[in-house]
Amino acid sequence: MPSDATAPEVPDIDRERRAALLATCVVGGAGCAAAAVPYIASWGPSEREKAAGSPVDVDVSSLPAGKMQVAEWRGKPIWILRRTPEMLAALRLDTDRLADPDSKRTAYPTPEYALHDPSTRSIKPELLVVVGICTHLGCSPSGPFPAGENPQLGDEAGFVCPCHGSTFDLAGRVFKNKPAADNLPVPPYRYLSDSLIRIGEDTKA
Amino acid sequence: MGLHETRYRGLLGWFDSRMPSVMNAFRDHMSEYYAPKNFNFWYFFGSLALVVLVIQLVSGAFLAMHYKPDAGAAFWSVEFIMREVSGGWFIRYMHSTGASFFFIVVYLHIFRGMLYGSYRKPRELVWLVGACIFLALMAESFFGYLLPWGQMSFWGAQVIINLFDSIPLIGPDLSTWIRGDFVIGDATLNRFFAMHTMMIPTILMGLMGAHIFALHDVGSNNPDGIEIKDHLGPDGKPLDGIPFHPYYTVHDLYGIAVFLIAFFAVVFFAPEMGGVFLEGNNFIPADPFQTPLHIAPLWYFTPYYSILRATTEGFLGWIALAVAGYGVLTYLSVRGMGLRIAVAAATAVLLALLVGPTHLDAKLWGVALMGGSTTVLFGLPWLDRSPARSMRYRPLWHRGVLALFVAAFFALGVLGMMPPNPLRTVISQVCAGVYFGFFALMPWWSRMGSFLPVPDRVRFAAH
Repeated sequence: MPSDATAPEVPDIDRERRAALLATCVVGGAGCAAAAVPYIASWGPSEREKAAGSPVDVDVSSLPAGKMQVAEWRGKPIWILRRTPEMLAALRLDTDRLADPDSKRTAYPTPEYALHDPSTRSIKPELLVVVGICTHLGCSPSGPFPAGENPQLGDEAGFVCPCHGSTFDLAGRVFKNKPAADNLPVPPYRYLSDSLIRIGEDTKA
Repeated sequence: MGLHETRYRGLLGWFDSRMPSVMNAFRDHMSEYYAPKNFNFWYFFGSLALVVLVIQLVSGAFLAMHYKPDAGAAFWSVEFIMREVSGGWFIRYMHSTGASFFFIVVYLHIFRGMLYGSYRKPRELVWLVGACIFLALMAESFFGYLLPWGQMSFWGAQVIINLFDSIPLIGPDLSTWIRGDFVIGDATLNRFFAMHTMMIPTILMGLMGAHIFALHDVGSNNPDGIEIKDHLGPDGKPLDGIPFHPYYTVHDLYGIAVFLIAFFAVVFFAPEMGGVFLEGNNFIPADPFQTPLHIAPLWYFTPYYSILRATTEGFLGWIALAVAGYGVLTYLSVRGMGLRIAVAAATAVLLALLVGPTHLDAKLWGVALMGGSTTVLFGLPWLDRSPARSMRYRPLWHRGVLALFVAAFFALGVLGMMPPNPLRTVISQVCAGVYFGFFALMPWWSRMGSFLPVPDRVRFAAH
């Protein structure tokens, strides 16, 4: 900009106008911040999605021993595995190879009613009910594999997460030194009858 | 008259006297922007990145005209584009191939910067904006990869969003907020479409502008790492500089022609690139109940993914050992009691979080290291203490160190595409050590050895 000798002098700051200007900016800024709230809130789950979490009932009467069936609850796979006596016996022997054999960690707390026997993690010893989502980064593990069939499991029977190689035993407990630190979560559930399980609701509810 | 005094005649003169900023910008950034005359092969990739951006914007806009961001319709709308829209397969393969080529070009562009010290003073801002572009590009690719709604789209997004889950206190709420649901679903797909097509491209274009402005304010570096502005001719122009237009526009056209041959060879003959550019499992519709037996992110994310996967509980002890050693080295290198106390305190805190009685999970450390592996680039201008910018005048073994880093980066990339096993995990852990060691130890190794004298003027043989 070329300097101009005839340019008018800058007048003294009008304090009243300056105060009005500042006040306008502050109020306008607060208005912008307030307007951001609904925008940020719009990313949260909608009312419809919040309401979609109702419990589901699963009939396990036709589930044979050693087999697993998968139910859907809140969009997640819920595994129901009927374990054989041999499977249950093996669960008592792998304790020293597990990261958290007694499910004491609290990131995904195991309900108390599933901890009467920490080696089974279930209400009825033979019927395992867990959320089939790896606690590491949310993949769904594959399995159940019998002992010796999957190289990542070695001589153990259990589940293998294809994403990062975490392995779990047939009670959903994670083996040591794997990316996942937590056992597979046990959802709230209760027995409506001997063979009907309600997932998403427990006796406290 | 109120008209600007123009130096052009005819229609251009009419235009310029009414809107001079267009030709001013052309002169500032093209015909009177002086670039060093000794640019070599590595200097093609900046303009090529701009070419790929244009390819992505155009092909992306046309894909959006047929694509439906709806969990029930998305997968089939992509198949519709591939099979029934006239020319749809061509547009989509240009877009999917463009994504991979964007990263190839950007990785080579970053490598060029590391080879010739292009991030050194006064070009720190060029580099920082560039690092932001790299992060925005990764975000763009991540959001875009969910859109075909195949198995890899779904489970890839599941894993990455769950990374946020491991942040203490706010993690689970944050990941629900990102998904818009308790699981990845329609809400997630819809917002990712908006991010991929509106938000991130806008940010990316703004950053690209800032990158070029920052570059043109300080001037380009060159393979010799010399300031051409230190030697001006009588006309005030750098003696070793030539106008970007027409010299480099013509030069870059040649590069673009060669690039497009390679690009369209892939588009026409190998758009899936054997499952590397387009993964086989992504031709199966998303199934929230079934993770594919082998999942891997796209090739350009696998180095960081390997680092995430390599961070197991058993690796934390080794990290702690490295942190302790690094703390001692830094403690002995810094001067002043205050700094030394700060170094000791930071080391102690890190050690407590790594191996203390209530240490953080390996999972959170994995996320932190994966984040660190991409953001460490921001520190490069201050980590490099070499007296010479360019590798040409640094000790020969410095190139060996850079080569070792590149080798570790490639190895991590290849391992990240393979299913994990104990041996591969150990190799990944060693490579992660090399990766971070390269940056962390740079303040020491970059000034070691005997440096060659840096010439006054650029080395250039006319051809």
